[in-house]
Amino acid sequence: MKYAILIYSSESYWDSLGEAQREAVIADHGKMQEQMRADGAFVCGHRLMDTPTASTVVHRQGASEIIDGPFAETKEQLGGFYLVECEHLDQAIGYARILSSETASIEVRPVMFSVD
Amino acid sequence: MSIEVRLKAAYPAALATLRRICGELQQAEDLLQDAVERALRSWPRDGEPEDALAWLVTAGKHRWIDLQRRQGLQRGYELGQLPAPSAPPPDAEALDRSRINDDLLKLIFTCCHPALAQSAQIALTLRTIAGLSVTEIAAAFVIDPRALEQRITRAKRKIAQAAIPYRVPDHQELPARISAVACVIYLIFNEGYSAANGDHPLRSDLCVIAIGLARQLHRLCGKNPEADGLLALLLFQHARAAARVGADGELITLDRQDRGLWNRALIAEASVLIDQALQRRQPGPYQVQAAIAALHCESASADQTDWAQIAELYAILGRMQPNAVVTINHAVALLKCGRRDQALNLLDTLPEREQLEHYLPFHVARGAALHELERRTEALLAYQRALELARNSATIRHLSGAIDQIRSS
Repeated sequence: MKYAILIYSSESYWDSLGEAQREAVIADHGKMQEQMRADGAFVCGHRLMDTPTASTVVHRQGASEIIDGPFAETKEQLGGFYLVECEHLDQAIGYARILSSETASIEVRPVMFSVD
Repeated sequence: MSIEVRLKAAYPAALATLRRICGELQQAEDLLQDAVERALRSWPRDGEPEDALAWLVTAGKHRWIDLQRRQGLQRGYELGQLPAPSAPPPDAEALDRSRINDDLLKLIFTCCHPALAQSAQIALTLRTIAGLSVTEIAAAFVIDPRALEQRITRAKRKIAQAAIPYRVPDHQELPARISAVACVIYLIFNEGYSAANGDHPLRSDLCVIAIGLARQLHRLCGKNPEADGLLALLLFQHARAAARVGADGELITLDRQDRGLWNRALIAEASVLIDQALQRRQPGPYQVQAAIAALHCESASADQTDWAQIAELYAILGRMQPNAVVTINHAVALLKCGRRDQALNLLDTLPEREQLEHYLPFHVARGAALHELERRTEALLAYQRALELARNSATIRHLSGAIDQIRSS
């Protein structure tokens, strides 16, 4: 069973972090990835660029339009995601738990299907 | 025992066993439903089996094998293949009793999984572990049966789609997960306990159902101090049931209860449980709450209560799960043993002060502390606010009396 581990946090918060705090966050990710690989669960992981780099495509009255910015303006933004192959939800939640930053929300969602 | 009662008693273990056999909760429920309907038709006609559980599981299993065989045939036709040779006849293998407890425990952990909304955990537990019907649960919680049905369906869908596991959590997760189960059982109990005003007998049944669930957890978890603490707590609370409601259906507070009406057998059972749990020296919130209840129940009168120790226990509970209700109780206990300043200070430094504006016990406790400190004007204000919030006529009498006393002094 595949799960997406989606990491939401405030981009401005990340910008406000000092060097040591950022390193702590990165260390958590390292620890989590290590565990995923040791279990053979790791599929892939991607860090996204900040939402000011986002462009959103919408279709209106038969024509496509491009909007500068993300689909929704929210306090927390999707900053990156992992894809893991797990036996069950508890295993995926176990990885998400390793990321201990109190300012990020980690959403765990089962994957319906994948296309390669 | 009537057929209905026997079927209901066997329901949870049969469901847990069928869940293991077929691998899916909804499927297991459908199989069991079918078996129950068959029992209701055939038992009155052919006589009742000795072992209802084994009968239901065997019937469910046969149906499952039958369904699979039909699906196999269907697939065979679709693929243009000859039907596979029929599977061997369903064996009459005896029910594997050694696995029932394990299956039940797994089912409880699935129903009380923290990835499900708490309301869904409660509904699922009552439906699958306590074997209540949707109509019964809806009546007990005074909610729309259709909404409840939807809540249960959504939860079951999530269990299947997100692969919420059917397992006993590993050693590391176990304490937190047992607490989550205990919380669901406690909420079920509380729903019955707080509604024990006699006008809705179904709701007070929830206390008995919750105690049954707590007994199961206690039995299945084998010497888990928090599971034991939960059972002890519920037994202590329930032991006072007869004294909690007056002739006019009104709630009677602890200090005014007729202690002769307390159920001594339940208190004795709970005392043994909590003593054993505390000896294991792994304290948790349910054990502490049970220890507090024990001090109340074992005291001969309200005046003889060991308030100093109760205050100490509330301080410990407050460190384990800081919340306003615990702090207010802590302050009341401090007040009872004469530590007035400390009590008032605790109430006045509560971080949730604003939300407590509408919380009756807060103003009662604050009024009492100010009264004892002889800060009359403030005490009057606190009691008057409490009086505005009071609904129970005994409370109203008590508060009016206190107000008159301050005014005339």
